[in-house]
Amino acid sequence: MNSPSILKQLKRDRAFILMFAPVLLYFIMFKYVPMFGIVISFMDYNLFKGLGGSEWVGLKYYQQFFDNRDALVIIKNTVLLGLYKLLFGFPAPIILALLLNELRNAVYKRLVQTVSYLPHFLSNVVVASMLLLLLSPSTGWVNRIIEWFGFPAISFLQEAEWFRTIYVLSEIWQQVGWGSILYLAAITTIDPQLYEAARMDGAGRWKQTLHVTLPGIAATIVILLILQIGGMLEVGFEKVFLLYNPATYDTADVIATYVYRVGILQGSFSYATAIDLFMGVIGFLLVYTTNKISRRLGENSLW
Amino acid sequence: MVKNRSALSLLFDYANVLLMALMICAMLFPFLHMAAIALSDPEPVIAGEVTLWPNGLNFDAFSAVFNDNRVLVGYKNTLIYVVLGTTCSLLFSILGAYPLSRRNLVFGKTFMMLIVFTMLFSGGLIPTYLVVRSYGLLDTIWAMVIPGLVSPYYLIIMRTFFQGIPRELEESGKIDGLSDWMIMLRIVLPLSKPVLLTIGLFYAVGIWSNFFSALIYLRNEDLHPLQVMIRNIVMIGQVGDMTVSNSVGGRTVVLESLKYAVILVGTLPILIVYPFIQKHFVQGVMIGSVKG
Repeated sequence: MNSPSILKQLKRDRAFILMFAPVLLYFIMFKYVPMFGIVISFMDYNLFKGLGGSEWVGLKYYQQFFDNRDALVIIKNTVLLGLYKLLFGFPAPIILALLLNELRNAVYKRLVQTVSYLPHFLSNVVVASMLLLLLSPSTGWVNRIIEWFGFPAISFLQEAEWFRTIYVLSEIWQQVGWGSILYLAAITTIDPQLYEAARMDGAGRWKQTLHVTLPGIAATIVILLILQIGGMLEVGFEKVFLLYNPATYDTADVIATYVYRVGILQGSFSYATAIDLFMGVIGFLLVYTTNKISRRLGENSLW
Repeated sequence: MVKNRSALSLLFDYANVLLMALMICAMLFPFLHMAAIALSDPEPVIAGEVTLWPNGLNFDAFSAVFNDNRVLVGYKNTLIYVVLGTTCSLLFSILGAYPLSRRNLVFGKTFMMLIVFTMLFSGGLIPTYLVVRSYGLLDTIWAMVIPGLVSPYYLIIMRTFFQGIPRELEESGKIDGLSDWMIMLRIVLPLSKPVLLTIGLFYAVGIWSNFFSALIYLRNEDLHPLQVMIRNIVMIGQVGDMTVSNSVGGRTVVLESLKYAVILVGTLPILIVYPFIQKHFVQGVMIGSVKG
């Protein structure tokens, strides 16, 4: 069957095109127009002169970024924060799912699940506020316990060496339960006969977990790992912004927060855009390649 | 040998139950601790004696919070943003997802590419800010609604769901003489209630929690949502005259109790509705994991 001409198709689908039009307009106005706004990173952009009146300066601001000593620090911080989150945050939900799977009491299992999803729904402001109060050196509960054991109180949020630990641990606290959902779903699809066969061969529960359950969810693990590696550099702005302060910039300042300070607070639009674009391109390459790999593996991909 | 193994297995069961109980404690501890401090009398709080159970029972902190105008304004604003934003986002997501769920839509592939590309790359913070600014959205209600109107992820989840609806149902609508719009309204949407509910809840939670947009786009304090108010009071420490509770004849409220009360008041709605809507969220994750 020949496909009808574009004009005929347009006529046939006119209702759908009409439905889609506002959505298309939204994506153009709020996603694609800003993409063209990237040109200001090659200009001396000035709000009053506008796009037409601002001068072209080529790669000046990219040069400035690489000559800046801050650049290395914030790139390092962004990569390390993403890396640690992946390293510790990725296995946690898998372990939780395996442990949940071993619970014999279904009611208890459901209770644990329900409670463990809860922190996922708290806003970053609430989590950061809680951390600030719980970790406070004078009144926080954590330091009360530390002092009870006879150690001096620690100003957790004022000391740069603690930032990554606090960030990653609180991230795990928030996401471990929620992250286990997909693994638990994958576990339920494993054929019970496989366990039967393993038991016949004399495999205990540990052996069954190792040789039946884990291989059964291996595909899910690989896909989620690839997706998370792809999104590694997308360290959330909100949480870092809410938890950091000048005393912890050495470990806490990441691209997103730096761009915010330089761009929005100091008004260096062109410079901030250049930094953002540089990281955006690296992030894009990371997502693109990892997604290509996941397609190669014949499994799901992002699109 | 067999006996040995089952003893070990039993030991593991006990350890596992215990471990999970510890995890529940870790998840719930902050809430219980906050509630205990917020409800205690001032003296034990200052002495650092309160952990999980309130020492005395005292609602001064909560009444101080509810008497603070900023918290009420924040609540009102957040409710407006959540209702308006969820409605608009859901509407636009449907309008985007339904046409794209049709296999032979003209330009369908191109539209899909356009949407997926925005998941990989964006103009970044500054160009987006400048664009939103140039549209005149700064310091308006719409700054909390329009810049994040449609999430490509949720749109794709919805599209996947629509694709699963049997074509025969739409065909039968056609035979009955329904237009494409009517088929969507009368046949597709009523069948899609679960996905609409789930995605609507995701949008609502996202807007409720949104701090970033308010930070970037809203300067006017009268428009600030609850999240900004919580941050100002708890993290920046702009307590104002809240510590002197006006409801109880000027008795002083401990700063700590007050801050915990603010956080709890800001979290309460989610804590209350959470047990009832939890399963819809989980369903959403499942639908999302089945790629079209």
